[in-house]
Amino acid sequence: MDSKNLYSPSFSDTIIRVERLTVGFDEEVVLKDISFEVQRGEVLVILGGSGCGKSTLLKTMIGLLDPMHGRILIEGDDIVTAHGETRKAILRKIGVMFQSGALFGSMSLRENVRLALEEYTNLPREAADLIVSMKLDLVGLHGYGSRMPAELSGGMQKRAAIARAMVMDPQILFLDEPSAGLDPITAADLDELILSLSENLSMTFVIVTHELPSVFAVADRVIMLDKKLKKIVATGNPWELRQNTDHPLVYQFFHRNEGISHKKRRTPVNPLPL
Amino acid sequence: MADKTKQPATVDSKTESDGSLILTYSGRLDCLSTGTVWRKTSHLLHPLPTRLIIDAANVSYCDGSGIALFFSLRLRGLRNHFPVDVRNLRPELVSLLERFQADTFNLRPATAPPQTNLPTEVGLWAWRIWKDVFEQVAFIGELTTWMTKMLVHPRWVRWGDFFLMVERTGANAIGIVALLGFLFGLILAFSGAISMKQFGVEVYVADLTAIALIRVLGPFLTAIIMAGRTGSSYAAELGTMKINNEIDALTTMGLDPVRFLVLPRVLATTLVTPLLAVLANLSGLVGAAVVVLWLGFPLVTFTSHVERAIELKALFSGLVKAVVFGLLVGGVGCLRGLQTEIGPSAVGISTTRAVVSGIVLIVITEGIFAVLYYSLGI
Repeated sequence: MDSKNLYSPSFSDTIIRVERLTVGFDEEVVLKDISFEVQRGEVLVILGGSGCGKSTLLKTMIGLLDPMHGRILIEGDDIVTAHGETRKAILRKIGVMFQSGALFGSMSLRENVRLALEEYTNLPREAADLIVSMKLDLVGLHGYGSRMPAELSGGMQKRAAIARAMVMDPQILFLDEPSAGLDPITAADLDELILSLSENLSMTFVIVTHELPSVFAVADRVIMLDKKLKKIVATGNPWELRQNTDHPLVYQFFHRNEGISHKKRRTPVNPLPL
Repeated sequence: MADKTKQPATVDSKTESDGSLILTYSGRLDCLSTGTVWRKTSHLLHPLPTRLIIDAANVSYCDGSGIALFFSLRLRGLRNHFPVDVRNLRPELVSLLERFQADTFNLRPATAPPQTNLPTEVGLWAWRIWKDVFEQVAFIGELTTWMTKMLVHPRWVRWGDFFLMVERTGANAIGIVALLGFLFGLILAFSGAISMKQFGVEVYVADLTAIALIRVLGPFLTAIIMAGRTGSSYAAELGTMKINNEIDALTTMGLDPVRFLVLPRVLATTLVTPLLAVLANLSGLVGAAVVVLWLGFPLVTFTSHVERAIELKALFSGLVKAVVFGLLVGGVGCLRGLQTEIGPSAVGISTTRAVVSGIVLIVITEGIFAVLYYSLGI
């Protein structure tokens, strides 16, 4: 299963299987008994209101938090119980972009992105440099390699973090709020990059986001979490969910502007002539 | 039958009669196995071919590293003027490869690191010193202004924060100041006793220790402890606040950071340092008393010698110094915190600067006081 041919992406085989997962902190349960699967090459978006456990779920899926109960199988290996080399092997299959970027502040962008290549591969220096340049080019940061993270804007730091996350071409990329704080043009470029990687390299994406335009642009499927019920309340294609849902939370999420009366909506004082 | 997708990457070469080189890649071209093939490819390109044909028909798996290998060959072809033809690459990967244009791809950073030379370095160094001095003067001026205003409007001081700081910098430091003061007195008395024994005047260890502690070492030791403990804490606290934009938030709310954050802290250290100096003096005397008892003299001998050695003006001269030390340690700690720049190491740098600046200022001030007291006959 490790080397599923990248040339034949399909949603026919499961790359992540979450089984009866319960997560929380101390005695407080955040999500209870949830199960879902992610298919290879799929772009799955996790949605939900603030505090519903999206980031907690993501952190549990990448092995940073221990669940109270349940299993998370990545290509059949349970990341919860894996130790030593098995865990390292699982971690090599995934790349993570954290909400804040989490770039190493004492290293330049080039050094940040190159780090994993230096540690895990035997690539010659010139090869590693070229790969780093190409990854930075992919995220629109070509020429910024010598900059320090503190010298970049928040959006640029996020894009650099994505370059770092995908430098080893992991099979799965976990992105926590990738578009938050980005301008619409940069966010659209990022969406295009996700689609390109998904289509060309059959990379699997698990994305936590609130940005609806990005959701509709990239998601093959969404799962929506509910804070009160502590479980998944909807799953499916975002366009279909938007049209056909009888769940009030899902409806409210996808039709948020419709709840505002026309009087309260902002309208231009002097509309431009068409 | 072996899984073809798991076979490591290999490269075979064939040179045509017209000087064309055909490189046939097979197996898995991922970041873990491409390195070996990359090196072999570099060797195969000597001598340079007239034309390079890359055959990727047998590549079972390819990721960004494989694409980078093919792209590097295109770059090399462009640089050395031979055409490069990539054949049988799957359409999905062709589109990924075509994203990078060899003729416009620049490996060098657009922003080259600035070139420096000795005059520039010296100029920058002088400018930094000037800026630092300017900021210190401005800070002292601002602090003095607020302290003057405080005398007129005592309610402007955030007394809740002040008492919290007194607890943190004073009450919480009692243990360490008492312990170090005791040990310092013990060591001082012991060191003095070794020399004095040669002359048979060990009993004067009490006088030596009392004078040294009360006039110089008690306040000095306390100030050093305060610089390491409190000055660094102020710098780290204010530095973190600056990085988190909390100081900007205060400013935009119309609240002066000096009044809001610096004044309670500086007042607290100014009040607490002389009190802790008294504690250090007492602890040091206890340490010295232990040595005198150990030398075989009764306690009453020690107390009578101490009483005779210490004058009231010596005690007050020490305490005045402690007040100034407290002001310096608190002020420089807050200043370094407010000067914190951006980056993960910024808070660490501010903390270090607070401690170093604090100690340097303490030593310089101690020297100034020594000359002053000598001139005044204190």
